[in-house]
Amino acid sequence: MASALLLINGVISLVLGLQVHRSLVIAAARMVVQLLLVGLVLRWILALQSPPATLLVILIMIGAAAREVAARPARKLRGYKSYAISGTVVSMASLLTVALALTTAIRPQPWHDPRYAIPLMGIVLGSVLNSASISLDAFLTRIQDAAAVIEARLALGARRREALKPYLVAAIRSGMLPVINQMSAAGIITLPGIMTGQVLAGMDALEAAKYQILLMFILAGASGLAAFGCVILSAYSVTDNRHRLRLDRLAPQKQG
Amino acid sequence: MPAPYAPETHPVSASARSLLVVDAVASPIIAPMSFVLEQGACTVVRGRSGAGKTRLLRLIADLDEGSGEVWLNGVARSQLPAPVWRKQVVYQSAESAWWLPTVRDHFRVDQHATLEHLADVLTLGKDRLDADLSLLSTGERQRAMLIRSLVMQPKVLLLDEPTSALDRDNIARVEQLLVDRMRGGLGLVLITHAEEQAARLGGQFVEVQRRT
Repeated sequence: MASALLLINGVISLVLGLQVHRSLVIAAARMVVQLLLVGLVLRWILALQSPPATLLVILIMIGAAAREVAARPARKLRGYKSYAISGTVVSMASLLTVALALTTAIRPQPWHDPRYAIPLMGIVLGSVLNSASISLDAFLTRIQDAAAVIEARLALGARRREALKPYLVAAIRSGMLPVINQMSAAGIITLPGIMTGQVLAGMDALEAAKYQILLMFILAGASGLAAFGCVILSAYSVTDNRHRLRLDRLAPQKQG
Repeated sequence: MPAPYAPETHPVSASARSLLVVDAVASPIIAPMSFVLEQGACTVVRGRSGAGKTRLLRLIADLDEGSGEVWLNGVARSQLPAPVWRKQVVYQSAESAWWLPTVRDHFRVDQHATLEHLADVLTLGKDRLDADLSLLSTGERQRAMLIRSLVMQPKVLLLDEPTSALDRDNIARVEQLLVDRMRGGLGLVLITHAEEQAARLGGQFVEVQRRT
């Protein structure tokens, strides 16, 4: 029945000449196939209840997220440095927060039960992906724009930390903005997805809200760690121990 | 990779009392350069356009990676943390860059008296020090940048085209200020397009060559 809505969208696109009906159909088909596949795989993994299998799935998820983080910024570090940074930061931020949540707050039996670990990891990685890629992009773009100012300060004897500080702060702030917005809008402008899902599945609304609050804290923590880690590590990569700005360590910019 | 620095090639014997000794400073682009700068003296860097004059100054200030060694009053650059070195050997780029709203914001409170005095010497109006930097002309910013460099009280000043945006009167004021500072012992390494300026500051020439 709900797919009728998509049909209506398609018809509107055709009538108004919006040129989106094609991509709409493809995106809808992708979404259906992807979610069904994930559902199948998850059912299998959850039934398996095997820690190594859970760990493998989680590692694959982290790898995919880290790849996205490194690939998104308009400016990249030369070679595999971007991947090293995003791999370190994404895995540390997500594993730490998820492990903390599982062992102290949610406490399933056993604590690594895939029914909890995998979905939680998915939500946290989504948030980490956003913060990490936004902050990385913001930082590299800003320092490139401000190269003359940074070098002028270094030339007057500033340490690299001092010369980069305004850009570090601004980039971490940009990376944290989505999760801050998400928290302040939660419940008033949007009903968060998890809570909606749980209420629809018949859970008590207040219980669902408590769960959502816990999740928001986890997400905020993970995002903060990710933004901070990405920016600090890339700051070290674009400077050296003689306090020079090393924009030569950025990959050449692609045209267009 | 450039060859590592070899201590036995260092010509320091003749210049134990020299202010700045530049010894085989080189980069992948610039052929090795050596020269000695005495206290209160001026060295003018010559070379074709694009030969790497700016790069040489940046190398001396340790803002770019390269090989070779530089001594200041007998102390090797590699013995000092880079920020300490750059406070004594200040590089001033051709384009002025600022990071706060006004000129005065770039100075500590205890430097304001010096700032106002030097602004007066260079006929930079007091109101200009508190005006938004975007309202200053290129020449005003250039003079303010020189003040910013001098307030650091460097032993050596590496100047890249310091008077390119100034009229004749202001060039004369800047040169007079530099000559005064050189009497106090300041050493200058200068890039300039004006041959007469080199003569007025009593400069000896060194020539930058690109690696072939």
